[in-house]
Amino acid sequence: MPVVFVGGLVFGLGLAISGMARPEVVLDFLQFEDFGLLFVMGGAAVVTGIAFFVATTFLDRAPLTGDAYTRRLKEFDSNVVVGGVIFGVGWGVSGICPGAAYASLGIGNVPILWAIAGMFVGAYAQGVLRGRLAG
Amino acid sequence: MADLLALGIAEPFPRGVLPYLVGGLLVGLGVVIIYLATGIAAGASTFLESTLSYVSGVERFNRHTYVQSRDWRVVFTLGIVAGAAVWGFALAPDPGAWTTDVQPWRLLGGGVLVGIGTRLGKGCTSGHGVCGVGSLSNTSLANVATFLAFAIGTAQLVGALGVSP
Repeated sequence: MPVVFVGGLVFGLGLAISGMARPEVVLDFLQFEDFGLLFVMGGAAVVTGIAFFVATTFLDRAPLTGDAYTRRLKEFDSNVVVGGVIFGVGWGVSGICPGAAYASLGIGNVPILWAIAGMFVGAYAQGVLRGRLAG
Repeated sequence: MADLLALGIAEPFPRGVLPYLVGGLLVGLGVVIIYLATGIAAGASTFLESTLSYVSGVERFNRHTYVQSRDWRVVFTLGIVAGAAVWGFALAPDPGAWTTDVQPWRLLGGGVLVGIGTRLGKGCTSGHGVCGVGSLSNTSLANVATFLAFAIGTAQLVGALGVSP
């Protein structure tokens, strides 16, 4: 748990430094006024990619859980695309995504609670609806 | 440069590159710390569903993977809030609370769609965008290409309609 908190701490620090906790900065990227976001996602993915490669190739098991190191692979289906479309429209409207929203609260941006409330409502609605459709 | 100017972009990085790069590397480092210690590729949006399992009996939220991970996901989220606060209130060049001017209806309405889309699509900017892309997962690359394209289209449309901020 402490290590998860520390990881979150560094993660949130990065989101705040990079400006991702500010919807305006994200919207500037999406409107082609500031391309800095590419370095955030790219930089993070490269660091993560190196660690994933090294761990899956050379290391055995995670010390705290005993779990084997694996890459993050999810099955592809139409939901991946439909979800991506809906998320994309939402991100384009609001300029905020989940991790950045938590970080935004950390920098004192109280109005972001609108977005976080919306995210919970959306997550709840899809959970209920998908349960009904499946049942 | 001529091409960029032709697109109407005077300055591609008006805030510089450094904060973005340093921030991005730290975001990656945060993921790596958790991954090397636990083997978990942490994403931010599962928290939305796993946390609902504390208060809702809906079957989907009470799946084993959610109930079993919900505690550390709360800790992860609190860490993100705290880390951002450390920057915003202590280390930033201009410490103090910052608030957005983006209108509440955009935050709320967009937030609802983000909540639906990230959970339906199995991840968000951190799960797919950072961990999935870092894993060279085709599923994640497809998801990221999709949400980026639609986010750009939507933001341009909203801007063109004169909504600002």
